[in-house]
Amino acid sequence: MSEVSVTKSDKGPAPAGDPLVVLDNVNKHFGALHVLQDIDLTIRRGEVVVVIGPSGSGKSTLCRTINRLETVDSGSIAIDGKPLPQEGRELARLRADVGMVFQSFNLFAHKTVLENVMLGQTKVRRTEKKAAEEKARALLDRVGVGTQADKYPAQLSGGQQQRVAIARALAMDPKVMLFDEPTSALDPEMINEVLEVMQQLARDGMTMVVVTHEMGFARSAANRVVFMADGRIVEEAEPNQFFNNPRSDRAKDFLSKILHH
Amino acid sequence: MNVLLDYLPEFRNGFLGTVSLTAASAALAILLGLLIAGFRVSPVPPLRAFGTAWVTLLRNTPLTLLFLVAFFVVPQVLFPGTSPFVLATLALGFYTSSFVCEAVRSGINTVPLGQAEAARSIGMTFIQTLRMIILPQATRTVLPPLSSILIALTKNSAIAGAFSNTELFNVSKLLNDQGRPIGWIFLWIALAYLIITFAISGIFRLLERRLEVAR
Repeated sequence: MSEVSVTKSDKGPAPAGDPLVVLDNVNKHFGALHVLQDIDLTIRRGEVVVVIGPSGSGKSTLCRTINRLETVDSGSIAIDGKPLPQEGRELARLRADVGMVFQSFNLFAHKTVLENVMLGQTKVRRTEKKAAEEKARALLDRVGVGTQADKYPAQLSGGQQQRVAIARALAMDPKVMLFDEPTSALDPEMINEVLEVMQQLARDGMTMVVVTHEMGFARSAANRVVFMADGRIVEEAEPNQFFNNPRSDRAKDFLSKILHH
Repeated sequence: MNVLLDYLPEFRNGFLGTVSLTAASAALAILLGLLIAGFRVSPVPPLRAFGTAWVTLLRNTPLTLLFLVAFFVVPQVLFPGTSPFVLATLALGFYTSSFVCEAVRSGINTVPLGQAEAARSIGMTFIQTLRMIILPQATRTVLPPLSSILIALTKNSAIAGAFSNTELFNVSKLLNDQGRPIGWIFLWIALAYLIITFAISGIFRLLERRLEVAR
């Protein structure tokens, strides 16, 4: 596992904001597989929570249930005090407030970079075209791809595409951002450019849920690390405590496998 | 040769009849086909069931039977006095819509699932996602089968000629009944059909090339 050199921010303990995302006793099955088991998780406003764990532990599924790309079998999920509604207009409205960044970028292939970032603003938020374009260009500059605005996604590198995807999510002014393994599909030399954008977001106080294998990012940007294995949350702790002094055997085993070789 | 010149107005009317029947029912079929394809992939179970029933019923019924229903049941029960042109357009359009629907659905299935997930996650509704993200990317895959379907529709429109519509097949029957040389009649009729079907494949080849550039 490559240790990522990111500037250590002096993140204190978790901000004591009000609860923004609350998962209460969530269970989900994929056929016979019990992929999420009795998940209780509260994410406070302004908090950066990094979810780590071995493959198949349910961390991506957990991330996707938060904006209901995956439905749950039982339990409840609430965002900003409102429980997730059924599929329909109301859910669409709620999803607009929850930014999502995918492992495989999922930029709209038939739209230019600029259009990708404008589309949600004009069609969902009903922002005026001119204002939407201004904001889109500002966001693209912020993530460092301002010069690529008129290209199509396929003409960009993976790192650039992922930064556009972050800009697309930010354009909706989300209350919380979900990152589902945002660097796992990237070539090694492009991982840092994406992590730096995420670091900056974290410093700016964005509430973030990040599923990742980047332990360097977890150490430096997270307020809290959630360790999952076999569909359960096994351990939750501040990054320093988790990496230096894990309590559970499962976490010790996992860390020994990824940190020392 | 002189059959064509002697009966030029009949041939012209027949040609125009086939073109307008094809155009009208193609428009209806594409409109309905898109709508029903939307039903078939929608998150609402009753709509999905309706879409499946629509396709199963219309795709598996002989077209002639649909014409019989359109001409002898519909005017009796629902709308008396509907013109033969409208009835033929309905029969052809409904029948063809089931094939268009399946072509569109196969196109929808070629668009990666992540595209729809990304659209939904920025708050787009199902209809917005389908219209702005999925269908534009599906179009390229849908064009080749759609072109075949419309060519089949052109030839299927001949059945309308047996139901008091003026079109190419109807003209050939008329001239044949008057004892004109059958070989020549068939030759000219066949050429007229070729003009229409070649035009369709030409238009679609153009569209395909246009979309290739746009990506």
